[in-house]
Amino acid sequence: MTQLPTSTQKKLGLVIDLDTCVGCHACVISCKGWNTENYGAPLSDQDPYGANPSGTFLNRVHSYEVTPLATSAKPHPTAQTIHFPKSCLHCEDAPCVTVCPTGASYKRVEDGIVLVNEADCIGCGLCAWACPYGARELDQDEGVMKKCTLCVDRIYNENLPEEDREPACVRTCPAGARHFGDFADPDSNVSRLTAERGGIDLMPEQGTKPVNQYLPPRPKDDLPEFDVLAPYLEPVAENPGGFIGWLDKALDKLPSKGAN
Amino acid sequence: MHPAPSVIIFTTLSGLGFGLLVFLGLGLPAVTGLTAFWFFAIGYVLAVGGLMSSTFHLGHPERAWKAFSQWRSSWLSREGICAVAALIIMALYGAGLVFFDSQWTILGWLGAALSLGTVFTTSMIYAQMKTVPRWHIPWTPAKFLTLSLAGGALLAGQAFAAIILLLLAAAITIATWIIGDGAFKASGTDMETATGLGAIGKVKAFEPPHTGTNYLLREFVHVVGRKHAFNLRVIAFVFAFVIPILLMVLLVNHVTAAIAILSHLIGVAVARWLFFAEAEHVVGLYYGKR
Repeated sequence: MTQLPTSTQKKLGLVIDLDTCVGCHACVISCKGWNTENYGAPLSDQDPYGANPSGTFLNRVHSYEVTPLATSAKPHPTAQTIHFPKSCLHCEDAPCVTVCPTGASYKRVEDGIVLVNEADCIGCGLCAWACPYGARELDQDEGVMKKCTLCVDRIYNENLPEEDREPACVRTCPAGARHFGDFADPDSNVSRLTAERGGIDLMPEQGTKPVNQYLPPRPKDDLPEFDVLAPYLEPVAENPGGFIGWLDKALDKLPSKGAN
Repeated sequence: MHPAPSVIIFTTLSGLGFGLLVFLGLGLPAVTGLTAFWFFAIGYVLAVGGLMSSTFHLGHPERAWKAFSQWRSSWLSREGICAVAALIIMALYGAGLVFFDSQWTILGWLGAALSLGTVFTTSMIYAQMKTVPRWHIPWTPAKFLTLSLAGGALLAGQAFAAIILLLLAAAITIATWIIGDGAFKASGTDMETATGLGAIGKVKAFEPPHTGTNYLLREFVHVVGRKHAFNLRVIAFVFAFVIPILLMVLLVNHVTAAIAILSHLIGVAVARWLFFAEAEHVVGLYYGKR
């Protein structure tokens, strides 16, 4: 049924820390690895070793350059590079679910995860049109829509050691930039992180109410406004005496004078 | 948006076909017997041909029947139901005209309403897309409906109605172009809201996730041909509206009517190509593209 549930018991999702992400793409690879071997159709590649490779990914890392606005104190602010992992945000008002004509796309009442029942998917692509985040990709080999499952086959999987019962991207992140938890619980790790660091919604004006939250980069350390190496280049002695003083005067008398 | 030929053919032909069925349902022209058969045949070839073309872009056309189930929330599902209902009702009504020489008026009106409903539900598939600001305006359904009715009037040989509807469709088409051009900016979605980094400053795409292309870029970021948009708008406008209106006003006979219909069809197809090619999906912002 593609009508959205009025509320879900849990709101499982991710917190992605843009301050900590180093842009290593490990989450991209672990996501592709886990999800090509487990839930649903594999994530196919086209022309993987050829001239024009492309493939299905449920998580992609973009990199942006952000130039802070100039202020009178800082007329020439330095640009920042920010790595930006993006996957399904498991929105509360998921527009991808309601457009589905077959009921293949649905949002789970028990935990809020947005999933695709691939046996019902006709591959019309409308849900990918409706998603503002580019979280859904139509697999070119299978002709069905693929999207992040929040590793639904890991998080409840009692065959896995307990520390592995979280999404593959979270488990693998070497920087600790990804966190998994229940946003419906105000005391959960993700709720606290969101509150402490001012988590943000992507494209709030689209009205999707995304569950996943992004933590903005912390302000960069301010370097002092003077040149840190300059003190070391100051002349050691302003009025040298003795032999150095005599040498200085003698050299000054030569026809071609130095910069000083 | 990627201008998929199957979807352009579908919306153009079935729009025209259902437009003709609307007029036939209203008894315009009041035909029976073999004449009625040919009118209905043209309507069905266009409407059904268009619908069949639309299944070519599906990943799994064999499951298309499942699309009738989600009418509560999905405009695509509603479209499927409306189309099948319209085709069944109009077939019954047509059978009355062709085989029994009798006009079952109520059935005709119902079929006309369902045919118009099919065009409306098609248009709402696009108009509902908040992610494509150019489509997400009330003028989108208005454009689909007037174009369908104008083409239907041309095919049904209703010269006066055709002229009025063509003028109306022309005005609404221009409105969608002018309003559509400013829609992306007016939506308030930009790279700053997409990344949430606007609080720091101006955002620029530095590196894409992959060096190659992907499904999202192929489907949603279509920039080729946009540079010819103005010329194509002029071509679409002249063929879809100016030539048919002039032909309808100056002299109406079977030859000029056929030329008017053909010209209109070409114009609408070009306009429909532009409808997709010019439409920009907000996901392009993540790639620093429109």
